[in-house]
Amino acid sequence: MSVELDVFVGNTTIMDKEVYQLWLNGYTVNDAVKVRIEGGVMEECEASAEVLLSDTMDQYRTFQMCERLLHHPAKLANQLLFQIPPDRQAMLIERYYAFDDSFVREVLGKKLSKGTKKDLDDVSIKTGIMLKSCRRQFDNFKRVFKVVEELKGPLVENIRQHFLLPDPLARDYAAIVFFANNRFETGKKKLQYLTFQDFAFCAGQLINNWTVGAVDNMMEDMDVDLDKEFLQDLKDLKILITDKDLLDQHKSLVCTALRGKTNVFNEMEANFKNLSRGLVNIAAKLINAKDVRDFFIDLVEKFIEPCRSDKLTSIDVNLYLTHYTNSAHILDTFKHHTVWTRYMGVIKSCILRMYHD
Amino acid sequence: MPGKLKAKIVAGRHLPVMDRASDLTDAFVEVKFGNTTFKTDVYPKSLNPQWNSEWFKFEVDDEDLQDEPLQITVLDHDTYSANDAIGKVYIDIDPLLCSEAATVISGWLPIYDTIHGIRGEINVLVKVDLFNDLNRFRQSSCGVKFFCTTSIPRCYRAIMVHGFVEELVVNEDPEYQWIDRIRTPRASNEARQRLIFLMSGELQRKIGLKVLEMGGNAVVGYLQCFDLEGESGLVVRAIGTACTLEKISTFPATATHPSNSSPSKDMKEPVFGEEAPGVPLSSGPPTPLRAQTFSSFSPSKSYSRQSSSSDTELSLTPKTGMGSGGSAGKDAGPLKALLKQQTQSALEQREYPFFTLTVFPPGFLLHVGGVVSARSVKLLDRIHNPDEPETRDAWWEEIRQEIKSHAKSLGCHAVVGYSESTSICEEVCILSASGTAAILSSRFMQDGPLDTELRFEEVVSPGCGFCHIPYDELNIPFPAQLTYCYCCRRYKVPDVLFTTIDLPTEASVTGKGCLIQARLCRTKKKAQGEVNATAISNLLPFLEYELHTQLMNKLKLRGMNALFGLRIQISVGETMLLGLASATGVYLTALPSPGGIQIVGKTPSDITYEQHISNMQKKINDTITKNKELYEINPPEVVEEIIGSPIPEPRQRSRLFRSHSESSDDVSEIDLSHGKKDAFVLEIDDTDAVEDIHALLTDSPTPAGFYSCNTEIMPGIQNWTSAIQMFTSVRVFRLNANLTNQGLNKIFSDLCENLLKSLYFKLRSMVPCCLCHLNFTVAIPEDELIQVAVTAVALSFDKEQTLENGKQSGEKTPIKAITENDEQLQFNLELNAETSSSSISPKGLSEVGSHPSARDRCSSWIEQLKLKAHTIRRGSVKTTSSMEKASPLPEGRSRSLRSNRSYSGSSVAVVKMTPLSFIPGAKIIKYLGIINMFFIRETSSLREEGGVSGFLHTFIAEVFAMVRAHVAALGGNAVVSYSMKECVFMENPNKNQAQCLINVSGDAVIFVRESELELTSVQPQSATTQTSNGGEGT
Repeated sequence: MSVELDVFVGNTTIMDKEVYQLWLNGYTVNDAVKVRIEGGVMEECEASAEVLLSDTMDQYRTFQMCERLLHHPAKLANQLLFQIPPDRQAMLIERYYAFDDSFVREVLGKKLSKGTKKDLDDVSIKTGIMLKSCRRQFDNFKRVFKVVEELKGPLVENIRQHFLLPDPLARDYAAIVFFANNRFETGKKKLQYLTFQDFAFCAGQLINNWTVGAVDNMMEDMDVDLDKEFLQDLKDLKILITDKDLLDQHKSLVCTALRGKTNVFNEMEANFKNLSRGLVNIAAKLINAKDVRDFFIDLVEKFIEPCRSDKLTSIDVNLYLTHYTNSAHILDTFKHHTVWTRYMGVIKSCILRMYHD
Repeated sequence: MPGKLKAKIVAGRHLPVMDRASDLTDAFVEVKFGNTTFKTDVYPKSLNPQWNSEWFKFEVDDEDLQDEPLQITVLDHDTYSANDAIGKVYIDIDPLLCSEAATVISGWLPIYDTIHGIRGEINVLVKVDLFNDLNRFRQSSCGVKFFCTTSIPRCYRAIMVHGFVEELVVNEDPEYQWIDRIRTPRASNEARQRLIFLMSGELQRKIGLKVLEMGGNAVVGYLQCFDLEGESGLVVRAIGTACTLEKISTFPATATHPSNSSPSKDMKEPVFGEEAPGVPLSSGPPTPLRAQTFSSFSPSKSYSRQSSSSDTELSLTPKTGMGSGGSAGKDAGPLKALLKQQTQSALEQREYPFFTLTVFPPGFLLHVGGVVSARSVKLLDRIHNPDEPETRDAWWEEIRQEIKSHAKSLGCHAVVGYSESTSICEEVCILSASGTAAILSSRFMQDGPLDTELRFEEVVSPGCGFCHIPYDELNIPFPAQLTYCYCCRRYKVPDVLFTTIDLPTEASVTGKGCLIQARLCRTKKKAQGEVNATAISNLLPFLEYELHTQLMNKLKLRGMNALFGLRIQISVGETMLLGLASATGVYLTALPSPGGIQIVGKTPSDITYEQHISNMQKKINDTITKNKELYEINPPEVVEEIIGSPIPEPRQRSRLFRSHSESSDDVSEIDLSHGKKDAFVLEIDDTDAVEDIHALLTDSPTPAGFYSCNTEIMPGIQNWTSAIQMFTSVRVFRLNANLTNQGLNKIFSDLCENLLKSLYFKLRSMVPCCLCHLNFTVAIPEDELIQVAVTAVALSFDKEQTLENGKQSGEKTPIKAITENDEQLQFNLELNAETSSSSISPKGLSEVGSHPSARDRCSSWIEQLKLKAHTIRRGSVKTTSSMEKASPLPEGRSRSLRSNRSYSGSSVAVVKMTPLSFIPGAKIIKYLGIINMFFIRETSSLREEGGVSGFLHTFIAEVFAMVRAHVAALGGNAVVSYSMKECVFMENPNKNQAQCLINVSGDAVIFVRESELELTSVQPQSATTQTSNGGEGT
C-alpha cells in the first residue's frame, strides 16, 4: 500500500516561506520534514507527519517547477503557468538570489568557471553550507555575470532590471560580478579578516569612481571594467615618489598639518615615505591586469599592515589620508590633480573600510 | 446564413528553441477553420516573433461556427526537412456568437503541445461578424446562452424555466482506430482533442436548437460529460435546463423583480400595509416583464413549445391527476391539491420534468420529497452507426423514466438538482442518475395558471415551506416518521431530509453545517461480460444500502437532520466497486431534533461485553455532544415545550429511492428502510458492526478554524472576505492484493480523510475559512489503484460575526441574533395564530409574521454581499430592487476594464477561479460565455518530468493556465462554476510513459469588487428615509 501520486494545485500557487527556505538551503524532503516537525508546525495545525511529508513534497515540486522561471525573473511576471501575487513573486526572487556571506567570501574574485564549480564540495565542507545550496548560489552568480557582462549602462541598474532584485541585493551582485570580472584576489590569508560586505563596499567605490561609466555614465562602455585611460594616467602619479623634492615637500606639508593632532605623529612621520611609496606604486601598477588582481592584498601589505604595526587608530588613518590627499594639491609642480582626487578618494574610503580587525 | 470569422496573429513570446544551432526559432503560424487554412510569414530567428499578420477571414455557416474550433498551429520553418510543430491553440468561437457575451477574443494564449505541454504563448485577435438568421429550418442555434452555473446566473432574472434538455453524440474514439497503430502519439492525441472539440460544439448546437424550440434563450446548469468507452466508442452527452432569461437592467428606473411582475401579487400587497403604507409595489415599471421577453424572442416563438425534441420520443403518456393529488393533508388539503394539479399539468406535458438547477429563484421550489436515484449496469458494444446513437439514448431514457416514476411515488411532479453520470470498466458501464423529487411553483412555467396558483403559494412560509412533505401522509410511499413542522407548526415534516440541491437561501438553519461522507469498498470477482454485469448489479444494492446507513449514522453523530448536495458516486473496477457519498449536513430548524445513536448488543450475557458496549455508547454520546457544540447546534427548546410533544407517528426511515437494472430489463426496486427497527439503533452482532462503529468514530473533526461543505455556501457563515483559493488535488493509492472488504474500507476511508487533512494543512494560512463545494471524484484507473480527485474553493471569512454598522439604520439587528430572532418571531406568531385568529386565514398571518424578520435578514445581507440579494425570499422584494439600483453601469465598466488590461501590456491579468456561482465581496456584471476545454497530455519520459506526480502537477497547472488565459482573452477576470469533470490518468512506469485526459468547464465572467461599487451604492442608501418606499433603502 502506498501513495502512488499526490498533487495539489491551487489557482493561486501556494508557497510556504519556511519550506522555500529549507529548499533553498538544500535540505532533502525528509530532512525538511524533520526540521518542520521540530519547528512545531504539527501541533499548531493538528497535522500528522504524513500530511507534513505530502505537503513538503508538493512544495518542493512546485519550487522545482518554478526554478526554471526564477532563472529569468522577468519571466516570472509574465508567465501564465503559475498565478503568483506580485509580493510573493518578489519574495521568491529575493530569496532565490540571496546568498550566504560565508559562501560568497570563498568564491569572490574567482573565475566563475566549471573548475570553480567543481571545487564547491570543498567550499561546502568548509562553510557548512549544503552543496546544493552552494551550487544554486554559484549558478546565480554565474547567471547574473553572463547577462550583465555584455550589457551597457550602469551595472547595478542592469542587475536590478534584469533580475528584479531589491537595491541592496543588486549592489551585492554588482560587487560579485565586478570582482569576478577583475579577478581580484580575496582568498589570501592576509585578507581573511575582511568580510564580504567590506569587499562589496570597496567594489561599490571602484565601480562608482574608477570605471568608464563612472565619468561618462551613458557611454557605450560598461561598468564592469576599470577605466583604462584612468589607469594609464595613474602612472603619472609616480612623480610623487620619484621626484625627491616633491616627496620631501609633500612630507613636510602633511607633517605640518598633522603635528599636535595625533599621538602617533612620530610614527607617521617616520613612515611617511614608505606609505606614500606604497600607495603611489599601487596606482602606477594598476595598468597591469595582474596587479589589479592584487589590489587588495597590496593595500593591506603596503599600507594597512604598516599602520597597524604602528598602532594607528582608524581616526589616525583617516586624518593621515585626508591630509595626505589634500597636501598633494598644494604642491607647485604636481599637475595631476584630477587623477589624484579620483584615485585617492577611492583608496581612502577603501582603506578606512578595511581598517579593522 | 453565413457569418464571417476574422483572426489576426499578432505576436508570439517565450517560444521554445527549435534550432539547436542558433538557439532560435523560425516560427510561422497556420490558422485553420473547417477546411480553410491561412499561413503567416515566417518570422526568422526569434523566440518572440512579431507577425502582425493581416486579418484572415473565414466565411462560414453559423452551424460550423458553433461546431468547429478555430485551430491555430505554430510551426518552426525548416528549409530542408518537414516543418516542426511547436504546438496548437484551439479557440472556442461560441462566446462570440452571442450578443450578450464577449465581442472579441484578444490576448496571450498558451501554445499547447500534447507531448511537451505549454510552449510559449501567442497573441491573437478573433472577431465574428454574424448576420441575422431568420431561417426557420436552420440547424444552428447561435445566440442561445450556456451556463454551467446551476442557479439563475447572477445578472439575469428568470422569466421562464422551460425544463430539461438533453442530447448525446457518439463517435469512434481515434485512439482505438486502426490508424492509431501507425501514427505518432501526438497525432493521435490531437485527433482526439479535435474530435472532442467538434463533438462538444455539435452537442451544444443541438441542445441550443432544442432550447429555441421550447422558446427559451438559455441553458442553465449545463452539464456535459464524456464517456470513454474504449473500443466501443466515444460518447459526449449533455443535460441542462432550458430557461428564458432576461438581463437585469441595472438602472433604477427599470429595476424590477420577478416576484412583482405578476399582477396577482399586488392583491396581496395590502397585507404589508403597516410597513409600506399606501405604495403598492406595482408602482414600479408598468410594463409586465413577461410581455417584454416574448417580444424580444420573436424569432423562436413561432416554434411549438411543446417539446418532444428528444431524438427518442417515448410513447409514454404522462399520467394526469396523480393519486396523491386527490388526498392531501388536512390543513390545506383542497388548496394544495389544486395547486399540485395545476403545476402538475404544466410539468407533465414535459417528457422529463427534470431540472439541473440546484438553487432556485425565490418561490420556485415549494416542497422537497427526497432523493431519487436510479442505476443501471450495461454491457458496452460497438456503436455501429454514430448518427443513430439509439442504444445509448434508450439506456438513458430507461433511467430517466425510472427517476420520474420514483418522483411520482414521492408525490412529486418534478426532479430538481438532477444529474447523470457513468462509470466504465472494460465493457461494463454503470449509468447513474439522481435528483431530488420536488414540487415546483408554476410561476416560472409557461403554461402555469398564474392567477390562481399564486394565491396558494403564499401559504408556504419561506423558512420551512420546502421541508413540508409533498406526499400524502395517509398514503406514505415508505415508512416515515412525520411530525408537525417545528417552524410553522402547521404542516407535516419528515424527521430527516436528503436532497441533491443546495440549501435554499431562505431555509432557517440552526448552527453550522459540515461535510459528511460515506465511503465504501466492495471486492468482487474478476469476470467477463454478462456474468460480470450480473455480479455488479447484484452488489450495487448492498453498496447503496451501506452507504445510506453510513450517511445516516454520521448525520446522527453530528446531531443534524438534513443532507444537501448529496452526490453518490459508484465506481467500478475489475476486482472492486467503490462507493463515495458526499453531502453537507445541516440542522434544519423545521425538522425535529435527531435522536441519538443507541448501541445494542446481541449477547447480553457477558459482563465485559456489556461494559464494552456501554463504553462505546458513551463515546458516541460524547461525540454527539461535542459535535453539537462544534457546529453550534442548539435548537430552541422553548418551542417544543409550548407546542407539546409532536403527534406520534409511525416510525420512519429513509427516502432514498433507487433501483437497478442490468442488461436485461428487470427493474427491481429496493426499499432502503431498515425495516421496522428503530432507525438509530445499531446492533452489534458481529465484528463487522464493531468495525462500523469504530469507523464512525474515527472520522476526525475538522481542525479549529475550518469548516467544510460540498454545497455553494455554508449556512451560518456570512461575512466572507474576498480571499478565495480554488484548488485541485489528486491522489492515487496503490493497494495490496488480497484485501478484505474491511481492510479496503479502512484504506479508502483513510485515503479520503488524509486527503482532507492535507487540504486543511495546506490552507492553514486562510483560517478562519470554509472549504466550499468540496467535490470528490473517485475512480479505479487500474486494478489495485484508487484515484481520488478533489476540486474545491477555500473562502476565508471574518471571525467576528458582526456587521459594519456604520451605514445601517437603527432598526437593524446584528446578524448573530437573526436566527434566534427569526425563531422568536415565528414562535410569537404561532401563538397569535392559535389564540386570536380564527376568522383570518392563518396563512395570511404567517406571511405578516415572517416578513419583518425576512427584511432584517435581507438588509444585513445586502450590507454584506449585495450580489446575493436576488435569491432572497419573496418578502424582500423591495430591498432587492434597491440593490439593483446600487449596481451601476455594467457595460461601461466592462469596457473600461478591458481597455485597462490591454494597456497593461506584458503583466498577466489575475483570473480568479471558483467552483461556486459567485465571488464573495464582488458583483458579477457580465457573463462572457461558457468555457469547456479538453486536453490530453502524454509523456514518454516520465521519470525526467518528475515521475507521475511531477507529470500530473505540471499538467493540472497547465490546464489552469489555459483556462485563465482564455478567460482573460475573452475580457473576463474570473471563472465561476468551474469544475474538473474528467481526470483520467494512466501510467506505465515500466515504459516510462503516462497519459492524462482532463476536461474542465465553467462560466467566464467579469466581476467588480463591491468596494468599487460602494461609491454608487451610497446614493440609494441615503434615500432610505422615505418610508413610502418601504424597506427599500437598507
